[in-house]
Amino acid sequence: MSALVAAPVLVPLATVVLTTLASRRPTLQQVVSFVGALIFLACAVALVASAAIDQPARTAFGSWVAPYGIEFHLDRVGAALVLITALMGAVSLLFLASDADAGPRHPLLLPLVHGVLAGVGGAFSTADLFNLYVWFEVMLICALGLFAIGGRLDQLDASFKYLVLNLLGTLLLLIAIGAVYGATGHLNFGALAEAAPALSPGLSTALLTALLLAFLIKAGSFPLYAWLPASYHTLPAPVLALFAGLLTKVGVYAVLRTVGDVFAPAPDVVMEALGWIAAATMLFGVLGAAYHWDMRRILAFHIVSQIGFILLAVALAGEAGNAATLFYTVHHIIVKANLFLIAAMIWRLTGSYDLRRIGGLYRLRPALGLLFLVPALSLVGIPPLSGFWAKLMVLQEALAQGRYAWAALALAVSVLTLYSMVKIWMEAFWKRHPDDRWQPPAATRLAPAWAATLGLAALTLVISLYPQWLLAYAQAAARTLGG
Amino acid sequence: MRSRVIILEAAAGPLYLLILAASVWVLLRGHNEPGGGFIGGLIAVSASILWAVARGSDAARQRLPLRDPLILGATGVLLAALSGVPALLLGDAYLTHLWATLPLGFTDLKVSTVLLFDLGVYLCVWGALAGYALALLAVDDEAAASGGER
Repeated sequence: MSALVAAPVLVPLATVVLTTLASRRPTLQQVVSFVGALIFLACAVALVASAAIDQPARTAFGSWVAPYGIEFHLDRVGAALVLITALMGAVSLLFLASDADAGPRHPLLLPLVHGVLAGVGGAFSTADLFNLYVWFEVMLICALGLFAIGGRLDQLDASFKYLVLNLLGTLLLLIAIGAVYGATGHLNFGALAEAAPALSPGLSTALLTALLLAFLIKAGSFPLYAWLPASYHTLPAPVLALFAGLLTKVGVYAVLRTVGDVFAPAPDVVMEALGWIAAATMLFGVLGAAYHWDMRRILAFHIVSQIGFILLAVALAGEAGNAATLFYTVHHIIVKANLFLIAAMIWRLTGSYDLRRIGGLYRLRPALGLLFLVPALSLVGIPPLSGFWAKLMVLQEALAQGRYAWAALALAVSVLTLYSMVKIWMEAFWKRHPDDRWQPPAATRLAPAWAATLGLAALTLVISLYPQWLLAYAQAAARTLGG
Repeated sequence: MRSRVIILEAAAGPLYLLILAASVWVLLRGHNEPGGGFIGGLIAVSASILWAVARGSDAARQRLPLRDPLILGATGVLLAALSGVPALLLGDAYLTHLWATLPLGFTDLKVSTVLLFDLGVYLCVWGALAGYALALLAVDDEAAASGGER
């Protein structure tokens, strides 16, 4: 088992190295990259399979056991997220093979993408607080590389904003981890969970606040989400989809692991504050989206808004809240990445991301219009799509706990989300093209893009129509978390 | 063109080899004594920087093993990653290190997967940091070259 548990780190890392060595031969590099992504996917499936039968894979690197060594531990939550990471990696790479991607290909693009996957995989599988910080760093460095390699002025501007705000979060995280270590003498999750009850309430509130603040910056929550919509739209489309799907969710996962598992039950004041932060995140995210006309910016603000929903589930805590968190996260990653990929296809066909300058796409590509509706309506939460089940779980738990304000806000935000999605659909597909002489591009190579987006939409439909297996998995996962 | 410093150029040849020898010595004495791959790699980088100052950064890049800092660094990471694999094959946790002693008659040579890991770190640090340093020095070279034309 110990061979497999290293896979979420080892396989992407090996792919990084091999694609770098092959950086002078684009074809070979692409093949290596695909093979690496598929091996990662296969390992992730095996990890989920072993976690689902209550044999979570665990290992301590170098056989240095805790408290000295670094443990890797893949329970149901971690394994499911690793699987979805591997899946997103494979889909993004598939989409890269199409021509719905702005600009020339840099030879280091693929190594950096796999570097991001290694960072995300490591963050989901580690059982050590400091090691978690290291994986956040790996993600940050690779993400910065991906921002900067395009070399356009707006990309450099975006990388600067991304760097400054994320570095703030990173430093805060480091300080918080130092404080946790000082207070408990442990970094291993299991050891921390044992030491946590002995902390005085004041101290544990202070420690958790510092940790959460750092994770919330990474997750892009209110009021520290400014870096996200300011930078994401400058990325190449498949990378953007990968970032949108995964990076903020690592922050959310870290929040869940902290307050829902290691330090559970967290002090009430922390959870109350987290709930209101989540509510504000939902609201301000969706309001930001309503203002914009660039599809990528609209969707980027919706990442923030949806992070609010997931954080609300975390704040509701307990088994039901944690199960809702996992369900919502899995649903959201698939849907969000798909929306960005479809937006890139719209861009390829119409030449612009600006909704004011495009239109008439329904007449040209009715199938794309229908395809867009699947993730868009799922994001809103229209029954019977996957978003409906996810929101139902959150709302049910909010009402059961008497949190009527949060529930009402969640419903209002859903209506505004519907407004945004309908706006994109009406402007891009339904209305006539503002320029009468507009001609669609003659030749496009969109087959891989169709395969990627259709695959994700099919996955969304499977979750929509058969939610019970993901639901059962999420509930079993929530039972294994502490608290 | 860049101004040449004859004494530096003449001294750089033997110094380059001397610094590299020192870096390998530091690499090998690591693990139980101060030293190891990271420090050794840094010393090797200083040799590359010396060569770049004396002969230009293109020449220094040519003198790197594999002639490309990126490939050199990636090879280093590959070696370090491979050093954990024998343990996996034996059923131990990844990166569990193995030691062996080879009797050579006049001395016993200790070999271990740790050494492979350290060598990987050494090459990675050399490749990555030399890559940065040479790129920065190349900017300096270009500025000097364009200044000379004016």
